[in-house]
Amino acid sequence: MFRLIEFLTKKNSGTIAKKRLQLVLIADRIGCTAEILEMIKDDMIKAISKYMEIDTAGLEIKITQMEEKGCNEKIPVLYVSVPVRVMLTKGIC
Amino acid sequence: MSEVIVVTSGKGGVGKTTTSANVGTGLAMMGAKVVLIDTDIGLRNLDVVMGLENRIVYNLVDVVEGNCRMKQALIKDKRYPNLFLLPSAQTKDKSAVTPGQMQKLVDDLREEFDYVLLDCPAGIEQGFKNAIAGADRAFVVTTPEVSAIRDADRIIGLLETEGITKIDLIVNRVRMDMVRRGDMMSIEDVTDILGIPLIGAIPDDEEIVISTNQGEPLAGMNVPSGQAYLNICKRVFGQEVPLVDMEKRRSFFARFSGRLKRA
Repeated sequence: MFRLIEFLTKKNSGTIAKKRLQLVLIADRIGCTAEILEMIKDDMIKAISKYMEIDTAGLEIKITQMEEKGCNEKIPVLYVSVPVRVMLTKGIC
Repeated sequence: MSEVIVVTSGKGGVGKTTTSANVGTGLAMMGAKVVLIDTDIGLRNLDVVMGLENRIVYNLVDVVEGNCRMKQALIKDKRYPNLFLLPSAQTKDKSAVTPGQMQKLVDDLREEFDYVLLDCPAGIEQGFKNAIAGADRAFVVTTPEVSAIRDADRIIGLLETEGITKIDLIVNRVRMDMVRRGDMMSIEDVTDILGIPLIGAIPDDEEIVISTNQGEPLAGMNVPSGQAYLNICKRVFGQEVPLVDMEKRRSFFARFSGRLKRA
């Protein structure tokens, strides 16, 4: 029975391989190493922390790609998601 | 018009030497005058795959250093009189030859041969630079695995930087049974990721191991991989050939029992 559930919910490893490769190759192609991403992340945390209290452990940063409007070429995109706990400053004029 | 083709991959063990031997043999079988060059200095292999290991007197480094004439170093194939091998040196290292010397060597061979096939060593260092120095076009060999594809992508980038724009893909060791059940990337997946034209796909075939054991390339033989290699040669000649049908018809029982085993 457990085997059957496993069989039904199992993701094909071929699809997983393709998705993983596509991500790693975008970063490879533009020469964006994990160290550089880590540095960007640290700088962003410093900058955002002036205004918001953020969940640094839940912060996600990666290089993906998206289609550019008007042409078929895909361009690399820096994707960052930052969980916000609370605003530190309200209504700066 | 002669053409110089480098067979490369980045990653080792994906089938560069086997591909070089078989494409070379296939082209010779079709009547072209072909020379195969093993550029992997220090790790000589193409000679054993071709079954010519007992005939080596001089090698690539001897030619470059002027210890012998080109004609003395070229070994004639056992079966095809229009196929030759220039073996690599086993005792020297990669720095024994420079890209400039390779370029000159290849240009000399152009005069005499229709196709010059260069079997490139793994890696992206000097050996790679030597092998691609005189090439007009490249065959990038990969298998449907993440590591081989990642390295192939890097190699394609390096080839483009070096000004080689005619780059074709060979997907080696495809197992249709695994592709069918979704556990291996398909030929389309690989071409899609790498974004270069496909010139051939070779099924994972036991016959390859047997042929290598015997030192007799199987291009043209009546086995799936032999036909797939011959198809690559036909495409090099400019003919349009569909991909070999790798989908062996499986019986209802085989399909059923296979599914039972997985569940």
